Amino acid sequence: MAINVPFDVTQIAAAEAARGGWWGVIKDFIRRRPLGAAGAAVVILLMLVALSANLIAPYDPVAVDFGAMLSRPSAAHWLGTDAFGRDVLTRLIYGSRTALLVGFGAAMIGATAGAVLGVGSAFFGGRVDLYLQRVMDIFIAFPLIILALAIVAILGNTLPNLIMAITIPMIPRCAIVIRSSALSIREMPYVDAARAAGFGNGRIILRHMLPNVMAPYLILLTSFLGQAILLEATLSFLGLGVKEPTAAWGLMLRGAAVDFAESAPWMAVFPGLAISLAVFAFNLFGDSLRDALDPKLRTL
Amino acid sequence: MWKYVVKRFILMIPTLLGVAVLIFVLMRIVPGDIVELRLAGDSSAVSEELLKTERARFGLDQPLWKQFGTWLWGLARFDFGTSMWTGASIAEELKLRFALSLQLAIMATVIGVAIALPLGVASALKQDSWVDYVARIVSIAGIATPGFWLGILMILVLLVVFRWLPPMVYTPFWVNPWQNLLQLIWPALAVGYRLSAVVTRMTRSAMLEVLREDYIRTARAKGLVETLILKRHAIKNAMLPVLTVTGIEFAALMGGLVVTEQVFNLNGLGLLFVQAVAHRDYTLTQALVLLVASVFIIVNFFMDVMYGWLDPRIRYR
Repeated sequence: MAINVPFDVTQIAAAEAARGGWWGVIKDFIRRRPLGAAGAAVVILLMLVALSANLIAPYDPVAVDFGAMLSRPSAAHWLGTDAFGRDVLTRLIYGSRTALLVGFGAAMIGATAGAVLGVGSAFFGGRVDLYLQRVMDIFIAFPLIILALAIVAILGNTLPNLIMAITIPMIPRCAIVIRSSALSIREMPYVDAARAAGFGNGRIILRHMLPNVMAPYLILLTSFLGQAILLEATLSFLGLGVKEPTAAWGLMLRGAAVDFAESAPWMAVFPGLAISLAVFAFNLFGDSLRDALDPKLRTL
Repeated sequence: MWKYVVKRFILMIPTLLGVAVLIFVLMRIVPGDIVELRLAGDSSAVSEELLKTERARFGLDQPLWKQFGTWLWGLARFDFGTSMWTGASIAEELKLRFALSLQLAIMATVIGVAIALPLGVASALKQDSWVDYVARIVSIAGIATPGFWLGILMILVLLVVFRWLPPMVYTPFWVNPWQNLLQLIWPALAVGYRLSAVVTRMTRSAMLEVLREDYIRTARAKGLVETLILKRHAIKNAMLPVLTVTGIEFAALMGGLVVTEQVFNLNGLGLLFVQAVAHRDYTLTQALVLLVASVFIIVNFFMDVMYGWLDPRIRYR
C-alpha cells in the first residue's frame, strides 16, 4: 500500500505476460477480480451486439408499423413496440451503436486531451501551470450538463457535435487528475537523465512522461466511458442529443415513453435498463482496473 | 492560516470573472438572437428596421466589450437586470426557483449521506465479504442509473401500485410543509441515490486507506477497544475526503437537476436554464450560470478552508 508512485502498466503487463502470456493475465484478472471480469464480459457482449446490430436485430429500427402500435411484449415483439409500432428490442440493439460510439469517442478524446494538458501543465510548471490551472478551474466551476447543453446549442445536434459537447467538460476533469500524477514523475531521475541527454521537451513529454501516467489514464478512460454514455442519454432525453428516427436509449425514454408509461411501461423500463446495465458494466470493469493498477487514485 | 484564507478568497474572483466571460461569449456564439426569436412568432414579415430598434432596446447594438461592462457594473451593484424574454426582474425570477432547487439539493444530500456513511464504513470494515460486495454493487448501480429514469420508474410505481401521484403544483415549505415534502421527497430520493453512491464509494476507499495507517496499528497494539479506534481515530480521519466529495456533489446538484426537474414537473433552476437558452435570453442565462457557478466556487472555498481547520497536519502555503 505504500506504493504511491504510479507505475508503468506496460512493465507490469510484460512481467505478467512472461509468466503466462496474455491469456495468463486475463485468467489472473478473472480469478482475482470476478466483479470486474463480469463487467468486462458485459462490455464485450455489448460491443458484439453493436457491431452485428444489422444481423441480429429482428426488425428494421426505423420501420413504422401502425398496425402494431404500443403492442405489449409477445413472441413477435419480445420487448413490445413503441408509439410508432417500432420494435423496442431492435431499437435497443441499434441504440447500443449510438451509446458506444459517443461513449468511446468522447472518453478517448477527452481523456487523451486531458492527459496531454495535465502532463504539459506539470512538466512546464510555473506560469504555464498556473494559467492552465485557472482555466481548468473555470471550466470545472461550469456545471457539466450546462456546458454540454450550451455547446450542443451552439454547434447543433449531430453525432460528432454531441461527442464534442460531452468531451469538452471532461478534459479539465481529466487534466487535474493526470497533472497530480505527473507532478511526481517530473521529479524522477529518468526525466533529469533525459534532459541531461539533451532531449527536447516534446520528446520528454511524449516518450518519458506520458507512458508513466498510463495507469491513471486508463482508469479515467473507463470511468469516463460510463459517464459519457450517461450524459449522452441525458442530452438525448432533453431532446438535445441525436435526432429521431436514429435509435438512442435516452431518446427512447423521451416523449411517448413518459406519456404512455402507465399503459405501455415496457417503453420506459427497457431503455433505462439498457443504459444502467451498460454504464454499470463499464464502471465495474473500471473499478477493478483501478484496484489492480493504482488503488490510491480516486475517481468518481 | 488567515493569510491562506484571504489568498484563497481572492483566488475566487478571477475564476468567477472567467466564468462570466465564458458564458457571455458562449451566448453570443449561439446562433440566433432573442430579437429574431421573439419576432419570429409574428406571421407578418419582419422589417430590418424593427429588428434594429428592438436590438437597440436591449442594448445589443453596443460593442461587445461595452455590453459586458454594463453587465458587470450591474452585478457589482447586485443588479441582475431584467429578463430579455419576459421583462421581469431576474432577481424575482430566481428567488423562488433558487429556494426550490436549494431545498431539493439539501434533501438529496441529507438522504444520500444518511445512507452512504454507514454503508461505506461497513463495506470497508468487512472488505471482500458479502456486505462489501452488496454495498459496492448497490453503489456502482447508483452511479450507473440515470436519475431521470429512476424518477420515471418511481412515478410509474406510485401510479400503478398505489394509484397515487405526488402533488403536481409546487407549494413552498413555509406555506404547507407536508404538501411540500410530499412532492419533493420523490425527486430527492431519485437524486439522493446517486449522491449516496458517490459518497459510499469515497467513504469506503478513505476508510480502507486510513485503516492501514500506522496510528491505527499503534492504537490496536496498545489494546484500545475496536469501537474507540473506529470512532476516535479511523472515522474522523476518513471523513475529510468524504466531506469534500459531498460538498462538490451538493454544489453540482444546484445546476445539475435539469432533467430530474423536467420529469417531476418542478419549476427549478434547471428548467429555467433550459428555457433561457432556448429563448436566447442572454441576461437570464448569464445570471443563472453565474449563480450556479458561484455556489460551486463558494462551496469549494469553504471545503478547502475547512480541510485545514479539521486536519492540522495540512500546511498552508
